[in-house]
Formats: sequence, C-alpha cells, structure tokens
Amino acid sequence: MKYETVIGLEVHVELATKSKIFCSCSAHSYGADPNAHVCPACCGMPGMLPVVNKRVVDYGMKAGLMLNCHINRTTTFDKKSYYYPDLPAAYQTTQWFAPVAVNGLVEIETSKGKKGVRIKQIHMEEDAGKLVHDIREDTTHVDFNRTSVPLIEIVSQPDLSSAEEVEAYLERLKTLLRFAKVAECEMAHGTMRCDVNLSVRPEGSDKLGVRAEMKNMNSIEAIKRAIEYETARHIDAIENGTEVLRQETRRWDDIKGKSYAMRTKETAGDYRYFPDPNVMPVVIDDEWFDSIKASLPELPEVKRARYTDEYGLSDYDAEQLTKSIALCECFEKAYEVCGNAKDVANWIISEAMSILNVRKMTYDMLDVDGKALGELINLVSGGKVSRVNGKKILSAMFDDPHIDPAKYAESNGYVVSNDTGLIEKVVAQVIAGDPKAVSDFKGGKEKALMSLFGRCMKELKGNCDPQVLRTILIDAINAL
Amino acid sequence: MKLFATKIDTTSERTMVVDDMILTKDTPTTAGSKMLDGYVSLFEAEALTRLKNAGYALCGKANVGEFAIDLLGETSQNGKIVSGGKLINASAEIVSSGEATIAITLDVNGSVRRAAAQSGLVSIKPTYGTVSRYGTIPVACSGETVSVMAKSADTCREVLGAIAGHDDKDGTSLSEELCARVKQNESAPRKVALLKSMTVGVDGEVAEKLNAFIALLTDNGVEVCEIDDEVIATSRIAWNILMSAELCNNVSRYDGVKYGYRAQNFSNIDELYTNSRTEAFGELLKTAIIFGSETLSTENYMKVYDKALRMRRVIVEAFAKIFESFDAVLLPACSTLAYTEETVSANKYLAFEENLYTAPASVSGLPAVVAGGVQLIGKAFSDSALLELAKLLEKEGK
Repeated sequence: MKYETVIGLEVHVELATKSKIFCSCSAHSYGADPNAHVCPACCGMPGMLPVVNKRVVDYGMKAGLMLNCHINRTTTFDKKSYYYPDLPAAYQTTQWFAPVAVNGLVEIETSKGKKGVRIKQIHMEEDAGKLVHDIREDTTHVDFNRTSVPLIEIVSQPDLSSAEEVEAYLERLKTLLRFAKVAECEMAHGTMRCDVNLSVRPEGSDKLGVRAEMKNMNSIEAIKRAIEYETARHIDAIENGTEVLRQETRRWDDIKGKSYAMRTKETAGDYRYFPDPNVMPVVIDDEWFDSIKASLPELPEVKRARYTDEYGLSDYDAEQLTKSIALCECFEKAYEVCGNAKDVANWIISEAMSILNVRKMTYDMLDVDGKALGELINLVSGGKVSRVNGKKILSAMFDDPHIDPAKYAESNGYVVSNDTGLIEKVVAQVIAGDPKAVSDFKGGKEKALMSLFGRCMKELKGNCDPQVLRTILIDAINAL
Repeated sequence: MKLFATKIDTTSERTMVVDDMILTKDTPTTAGSKMLDGYVSLFEAEALTRLKNAGYALCGKANVGEFAIDLLGETSQNGKIVSGGKLINASAEIVSSGEATIAITLDVNGSVRRAAAQSGLVSIKPTYGTVSRYGTIPVACSGETVSVMAKSADTCREVLGAIAGHDDKDGTSLSEELCARVKQNESAPRKVALLKSMTVGVDGEVAEKLNAFIALLTDNGVEVCEIDDEVIATSRIAWNILMSAELCNNVSRYDGVKYGYRAQNFSNIDELYTNSRTEAFGELLKTAIIFGSETLSTENYMKVYDKALRMRRVIVEAFAKIFESFDAVLLPACSTLAYTEETVSANKYLAFEENLYTAPASVSGLPAVVAGGVQLIGKAFSDSALLELAKLLEKEGK
C-alpha cells in the first residue's frame, strides 16, 4: 500500500526587539554571561508587574501580515502554568484566547510546483530560561537571560507532506520574517526552533493517523532526517505491527538518528490557561494598524521582477541582490544617488558580497549605507577615485558605516591627481631607476612595460588615470 | 501579642505601618508565610515610596494572615493574635493604639475591611486601578487593592491623595486624569441603597451599627432605601473562584528553587517542589490552591472559571443599574464585630463565607469605605465622596 505523510509545524521565532517582552532588560544574550540580563520582573519575583513592550506587538503584527493573516484588533495575553526550574514564575505569559494573528497563508515552491500552506495562528509569548547541567558536580544551574525574550509561535495547519516541503516552508518563513526585519531566524542560534507534528495514513484517505510531536531538532537537516525516520517508523508499525502507535511527544536524537518517546497524551500536564489579569487587552486601532501595514517591505519576488523590468538587470543579478533585505536596501539607495543600476549591482555583488563572505558575515549583516555607496560609485565612475582605491574605501565603510567616501578619499590621499607634471616626474624617476626594463621594452618585451607601469602607479598611490599614465610612460620611453 | 512582623523605631510624628504583603527593601516581607520567611525584596512598593515622599515614616511591618486571604490575620506563621478571647488584626491594632498614624495594607479578601469595622477605624479600598499595585505580593490581581486604614476619614483622604495616581510600572494603572478623580471634592451622596439580603445574617451588634448609621444619614438629609440585591449577593461565589484561581497561579512561583523555603529532603525536582510547598504552606492556603487549580483545569474551565468571569460582568452591570438611582450602597463589612477563637476553630473556612460582605467591592473593583462598623460602596472614582459620608460619623462624635 502507498502512504502519505501529514505534517504540521509549530515554529518558534525569537523577535529581534531590543528589550524583553515585559521588562526593559536586553533581549540579546547570545554569548553573554549567565544571568547578566535579568531583573526582578523576568526572574518572576513577587511584586513586579508586566508592562507590554509595544514593539513586540508591532513585530507580531508585521509577522502576521507577512504571512497573510487576519490581525485580531483586540489581542489578549494569558497565563500558562507549569512547573519547571527554567520558568521562574511557574507560568508563561502567552496568547491562548485571542492571538495576534490568525488564518494566514504561505506559498511555497518545491520540485512538485507551488503550494499554499495555511497558517492557523501566530501568537506572542515569552521564552523560558535555560538549564545548564554540570556533570562533574552533578548539579544543575539556571540561566534566566532568555526568560521573557519575546517569541512568536507560528502554527501551521497539517498541510505539508514531505521533508522537501517542510524545508521550503521554513526557508520561506525565514525570508518573509527577515525581510520584515522582525527576526533573525537562525536555527543555530536558537532564534528559530521547530516542532514537527507528523502522522501517516494510506494515500487518499481522509482520516488522520496517530500523531507524534517531535522536538529538539536544531537544524533543517535534522528536521528532514527526523521526518524521514518518523515516517518510516509509522509505516513499519502500520504494515508490520512492530509497535502500537500512540499520540505522544518524542525527542529527536540527531547523533543516533532516532526519536524517543518523552510523554504520552495521558501523562501530559494540564496547563490551566486563563486570562492574565495584569495585562490589559491590547487594542490595535486603525492608526496603529495602518502604520504597520505601511511599513511592510516589498516581497523579494516582487523586487526581483522590478529589478529586471525596471532597472534592466540580469536575472542572476536580481537573484543575488534579493538574497537579503539589507542588500536590497543598499542597492536601492545607492541607485537613487548614482542612477546606474548595473554599476551598483556590480559593486554590491562582486565587492560588497565578497567582503561579507570573507568576513564570514551573513547577507543580512550588511551595514553599509546605500547613499554612501552611491556617492563612492560616483567618485569612481567620475574618475575622481581609482577603482582599486574605491575598493579600499568600501572596505573601510564596512568597519565604520558613518564614513563619507569623498572626505575619506581626501584625507587618505585616494583622490586621482590631474597633475601631469607630478606624473611626468614619477615616470622620469622610475625609468631612470630601471634602464634594463626600458631596454627590454624597447626590445619588444610588453611585460617590461607592465612592470614599469605598476611601479609608477604604486608611487602615485593609484591616484591616476591609467590611460593618462600609460601615454605619458610610453612617450617618456620613446623620448629617451 | 506580636503585632509587628518587623518593628522600626522612628521619631517622626506621621508614621505608617505597612502589612507584610507590601514589599519593603531593607526588611523582610513574608506574606505571613513560612514560605517567604526572611525574604527581602530588591525593590519597594510604589505606594510606600509615595508616602515616604509625602512625609510618612515607616515604623514597621504588621503581621498578616498567610497571603492575606483569611479573616483577620489568624493564619500568619507568627500565630494568631487574641485579646479577651477575640481575634485581633495587627494593622488595625497598631493604628488604634496610636503606634502608627496610618496602616497601608493589601485588601485581598476583605480582612482589612473586617478589621477596620471591628476596631471602629476608617478604611478606604480605592477604585481598582487608581493606586499602583507595584511592589505588592500578588494573590488575586484582578481585584486586590492597596488600602488605607486610619482613625479619621480626613486622614484616609489625605493618604489616598498621596498614593493615587498613574504608575507606568503597573499595566493596570489608570490614566493620571482618571486617578485624579478619586481625590476630587465631590458632594456627599444624597441617596443610599441598603442591600436587603446582606442585613439578614448579621448579629445584634452589627444590626445596631447599621441602624445607627441609617439614622445618622437620615438626620443629615440623606435618603436611605432598602433594595433587593440577589445579583450582588452572588459576588462571594464569583470571588472565591477568581481569587483561588489567581492565587493558585501566583503562589506557584514559590517552589523552593530560587528563594524562600526549601525542604531539606528530596531526591528529585518534583520532590523538591512538593516537599517544600507541603512543609511551608498552611492549610487555608493549600485549600485555596487546590480549589483554584480545579477551577482552571481543562475540564472545569468553561464550567467554573469562565462562568465566574461572566458573573463578574453581570455584577458590575447590577451595580451600574443601582447607581442609576442611588449614589452609594450600604452593607455590613462582616457578620459580627467579634470573632471568637471558638468560632474560628469550628469553621476553618469562615473567611470564604464572611467575604459575602467584602466580595462585592473586590469583584467589581468599586471603592469601599468602612466607617462606624459598616461598609459603603460607591461608583467608580467616588472614593472621596464616600469618605464625606464617613465624616458625618465624626461630626456626630460617633
């Protein structure tokens, strides 16, 4: 018999707000000392009251709109109770009754074509802390840096049917949320996490099979492996009766390549959800809603089409530039200043992107001001700065995003000189110092000229029109 | 008699005692519970800061019943306070004896109002949201309020003036404009409704106090009418559900992991939780936890908790209806002005019955004043107007 896999995902995404969801502690603790970013509020101490960070609602709304959701104009927070040492107040403030966004749709594309994945809801909530186990001392330590860092949980309908589709869906979520600048979505940093709900049924059946929920997958590769393993396990159980399938939560062990039962439905706790009386319902009025709507970015595929149609870029260039919102914004701003799309595309693709690669930075981390890049391109194309020195200036702009290219060129001696007197003087010095090269060139060795040319250019610090230098150099040799 | 959980010497003339639900920075705040024995907060309550700025010196922390849900404070880990066979409330006794000018307390389940009634003091439970709850030990957040107890209505009003106001640190705090209304000098109520069913179960002394107050009102040209109050009388049921549920959730944080009491013997994390809580919490609190936990279970949520939320709306509407024709309602604060040791030991859950009188204002968030041994509830923000009525008693010399 043929089977089909039915998959729904619960994706947790850390929102990139500066501070936590209910207090003013920094929300960014990646690499920080344990308990460096905590206060009585996010430690759950009695007497502190939650005050909603409005930015979190902004970001939650943005995420909802990016995923074509309906926004609940009155959205409320609820308490979810459970005991675990990493949850200091023994409840998590989340959204149970009226989440910020519902009923969305995300389009994905796989080898089988395009497909819509329905979004059940997106809710905002606070993250829990982390437990650190010390095996030598047989003790466990609690780090509350991550408690109350804002998250959204994106719950899909069970519309996915393969590892390939899951990967496409997750990549699409990343792109949409990164373009809206609401989240980093880096699984390796834990800023995107994914639980997989999976069941298997005979192909064509309209009845769902027994569902397993899998946790603890730390990469898309691990998710794909887990889906393949779990699908095989379910089919084996159905076909060969190797085990009785139960509705349960399973933990994925990526090293062993196996999943293990954590808890069954019967032993699952009761979370005792109820409205949080300390957080007033958040009412999103038209003004607020409209301002968020107006701040949404153009989708990458729309930008791509515009870059080829409007700016006449090649498909390859458009594809490269739309790899991150930072690249797009830099391109668009630079274009506004210099008006030459192809030139800007070349500078970004062959210069800026390779600097990012060398520095092991992601395309989202580009921090160069597009306006300044446009000015730099104008300096180079106008012959005021040589291309070689232009690259040096760009590199400096990576180190300090406030650099003004013209001033920087000036103060670092990168301005092309029109002083032919100076060029003639340098040329005279260089040829006088290497009579062998001069005679080699005269004897027909083209390479010798290149060597002399290079030394002159070096003396002139590159601030010279190569054509002018070449002419003066040849003239000088011929005049000997 | 151990009235003070912590005593602080001061030479100031204007002194305040705060009960052990109000967080102070340098002295322990225990909520009357072994669970928080020795717990010192990193910050203090907003109301306390405001009163310090207004010139009141803290003279100590008054004992309070465990998480302030009992009758008068008898469930404190420091033991009950009894005088002449009668239960005594620490905050009220400290003010009555003149050791402090005022007491600042957290009114969770009405113990403050019962205490004021029994000691002949004046108390104001302000309109919900007008006094910041920042820095108070959370129990039943949807209805509890920082309250004031003093010998006179004028003192209560002056203190209310100092503590009422918007606070960014409390998400339920109302705007400065709304908060200012509780301080406004409104005219005293002209029409008062007596809640009929509430007068049925009270003892002779309370009945006498009610009659005396009605007579006083009438003498001063205030019209008093008796009205039916079936809906208001259900407040107790709604409040017991809401309070227990919120309490269950709020005290979950005391698990022996981070601070407070930790059991000596445990072999895993579940035992650490269970043993710490079993050993440190008292019986009344445990009852409320179990009751609250049940009301919030998936099975009971719609049947119990959600209904209590709906009841709250109906009760608020019933009050609004009454206030279309009246300026305030009159009712007892408790069924008797003396709880004997025997009464209390015979009925462990008396606090969950006596709150028949205090739950209406807790559920609705309306302001309540206790004076002359009786209670007045007014429209939202009519706090000062209610205190005007209490002043009639003082003019009369009681």
